[in-house]
Amino acid sequence: MAASHPALNPATWIRLAVIAGAVAALEIACRMGWVPMTIVIPPSAMVGSLVELLLSGTYGRDIAVSFSNVALSAALAVVLGFAIGVILHALPPVRGAVEPLLASYYAVPTFMFYPVFIILFGVGSGAIIAIAVLLAIVAMITATLNGLDRIPPVLTKTARMFRMHPAERALKISLPAAMPYLFTGVKLSVAYAFIGVIASEFILSGAGIGYAIAYAYNNFNNRTMYGLMLLIVLAVTLINSALDVVDRRLQSRLRR
Amino acid sequence: MRHVLGPFLVLLAGLLAWEILHLMVANSSLPSPLETFVEIGVLLRDPDFWKQAAQTGQAFAVAVVLSTLGGITLGILLGMKRLAGEVAEPILVNLYSLPKVTLYPVVLLIFGLGISARIAFGIMHGLIPLTLFTMNAILQLKPVYRRSAAVMGLTSWQTAMTVVLPAILPQVITGARLGVSLCLLGVLIGEMFAARNGLGYMVTHAMERGDMDTVLAVAVLIAALALAVNALLLSLDRSRRP
Repeated sequence: MAASHPALNPATWIRLAVIAGAVAALEIACRMGWVPMTIVIPPSAMVGSLVELLLSGTYGRDIAVSFSNVALSAALAVVLGFAIGVILHALPPVRGAVEPLLASYYAVPTFMFYPVFIILFGVGSGAIIAIAVLLAIVAMITATLNGLDRIPPVLTKTARMFRMHPAERALKISLPAAMPYLFTGVKLSVAYAFIGVIASEFILSGAGIGYAIAYAYNNFNNRTMYGLMLLIVLAVTLINSALDVVDRRLQSRLRR
Repeated sequence: MRHVLGPFLVLLAGLLAWEILHLMVANSSLPSPLETFVEIGVLLRDPDFWKQAAQTGQAFAVAVVLSTLGGITLGILLGMKRLAGEVAEPILVNLYSLPKVTLYPVVLLIFGLGISARIAFGIMHGLIPLTLFTMNAILQLKPVYRRSAAVMGLTSWQTAMTVVLPAILPQVITGARLGVSLCLLGVLIGEMFAARNGLGYMVTHAMERGDMDTVLAVAVLIAALALAVNALLLSLDRSRRP
């Protein structure tokens, strides 16, 4: 039960204290002039900037573009990755051929191929979503294969004993049994989709939070830059923690 | 032989898909595989390419060495103090999934536009996975190892060097493999965004000129190199496992 009540854990309190201490130290260092304002602005100023730019709505479009691209990329990666995983699992010879490549996939800096997608889709959401899906999909494929591999044989045998229809077996047995592993894939896909979208916007695009941060940096607008950075850090932390809570719940189901 | 044949066929299918894509794209602004391989040959004889590659190589090498040493040290420190590890793990996991490009301007403001910013950015990418792998390996270590070390009266330094490190070496190598790939990614993204040299810059610069031959040739070369390094570490990884 400890896992479902992380707030009661002393480590959680210490962690919050450490983070609060670090933020306070940065605040003091900035206010005392130990860290020049041209490099880092105080955390309170970052929060102020974030609140201002959210209220003014100046970056509303960029924020909407980035988040919808992340959502779309993650959804595409999860659905396609799951489908490819299921197909590969059903075809062992193909799987044997593809798996060594999957294992070293993340060694390749996929970003170097971003220009190719710009040629194919033009500068805009198409190329960005393509690179984000490419980055995220392999995590989902691997997780799907892993999940299907780990369905306990006793469950499959039970399904056969009940003479379940294959579709019924997939829905009632395989999917729930593989779910904890699949969800790990979902979690990774969301994280990679975020990285893919923001990084592509940063390097070359005309809209999005990544673009806005790069633009603010190039114009020495530190206040806006740090406000937007804080937005990304908070959003990613929030989304990851939420997915982590679900993940933990599913993982604890495995130990039952 | 069979386990080589499969991936080889898949690569062949990939090349075929690339060729079809090349034929489909209007005006063929996407170079064909053959054109790209010819361009790779041209690049390899170009002294300017080697100058850029040396820049990237230098930043990458320093980033790998520093993040490997730092990651293992940090991982051992956090792993041997259980509470510190529990406090740090979620923070590290969150930092790992953060799009670190977001923070690149901060790195640039601190380190300036030179090579040190790219090294720092490479380390930001490579350090965390190695720290996490090392730390978790120690946390999962059989308690009997630590207890025997304590019985023999070893100091923490001796325990770390003669008991803990050899025991966790396989996981450390796995973490290093991930760390090395991410270091390369960090250095390249750094060069793509703000730099006047290095292979990442070469790619963005070629893209601005619409020189897709160079873009693809450099990208394929880097991918091949990254796969080779990964394969090397993977075989080291496998030879270490019983």
